[in-house]
Amino acid sequence: MIMNDIKADKKLDIKGVVCPYTLVKTRLAVEDIEVGQVLEVLLDYPEASESIPRAMLNYGHSVLKVEKINPTDWIIYIKKEVED
Amino acid sequence: MDFAEEQLKRYSRHIILPEVGGKGQKKISGAKVFMIGAGGLGCPVGYYLAAAGVGTIAIIDNDTVELSNLQRQIAHSVKTLGVNKADSAKQTFEALNPDVNVIAIKERINSRNILDLIKDYDIVVDGSDNFPTRYLINDACVMLKKPLVSGAILRFEGQVTTIVPGEGPCYRCLFEYPPPPGLVPSCQEAGVLGVLPGVIGALQATEVLKLILGKGAPLKGQLLIYDALGANFRKVKIPKNPACPICGENPTITELTDSEEYCSI
Repeated sequence: MIMNDIKADKKLDIKGVVCPYTLVKTRLAVEDIEVGQVLEVLLDYPEASESIPRAMLNYGHSVLKVEKINPTDWIIYIKKEVED
Repeated sequence: MDFAEEQLKRYSRHIILPEVGGKGQKKISGAKVFMIGAGGLGCPVGYYLAAAGVGTIAIIDNDTVELSNLQRQIAHSVKTLGVNKADSAKQTFEALNPDVNVIAIKERINSRNILDLIKDYDIVVDGSDNFPTRYLINDACVMLKKPLVSGAILRFEGQVTTIVPGEGPCYRCLFEYPPPPGLVPSCQEAGVLGVLPGVIGALQATEVLKLILGKGAPLKGQLLIYDALGANFRKVKIPKNPACPICGENPTITELTDSEEYCSI
């Protein structure tokens, strides 16, 4: 079960999506939220659990948490820090 | 940002670039570029702009495709020999990317039609092959304050500059008037390495995309010169000329004229 106190302003489910579209969809979703808001991303492509946090930091956003919630899925919380 | 799944795939490498993203890709889709010439330069410029998803590309050319063009004019083919070059290029660009609206104009650009043709476009690309046209395009862009990405090639050397009227110098700041006919040889007399317009055209397309995105430093006030034989790039600063006859403090050129025509490539 997901145990956290992070409140997401928007959720994105990209289970079944592979790289690089995991990043494409995550980036577009971050563009659509306001600075200061948090996006919750649910994904199951293992490589993306590492590459998306790296890319988000590179864009200037914060990664609040990367959590493996079950044997196949991850949840990443991204806080939008800049208008990119 | 709403992209169709197919567009997400097509533009994925743009969307993940920090400088582009979905917003930048939307700017590219909304951009309108006017290209003069579907020859050596126009082919690669249009090809890459179409690939990038530039929403509207107008291309004007009055010539038809000949076998001697195919050594360097990569949008044409043996299948379009005898076809108008703007039409031939349109077929190629739209086959590459159906998102793009390519408007083929089968005319020769001149002092009477240029202002009306370019007025609704964001950026103008000069891929012309002669000095009178080059100066005509410069003057029209200065008058309408349209950014102009200019390229030129001969033998093994090419050059690129970006003219942003009101912000930087124009072509006449560099050379006030065109050279007399016959002084500078044409590609027809002097030859050109087939890949050279590919290099210069790719640089022009890059400048266009930077202008659309508002990212990076355009070649404003700078002439980038490529020497293929020596494999050298060098940049020459172009100062703005306060006495420039078209963009200076007291312009003496107030209307467009057509000078003597040169033979085309």
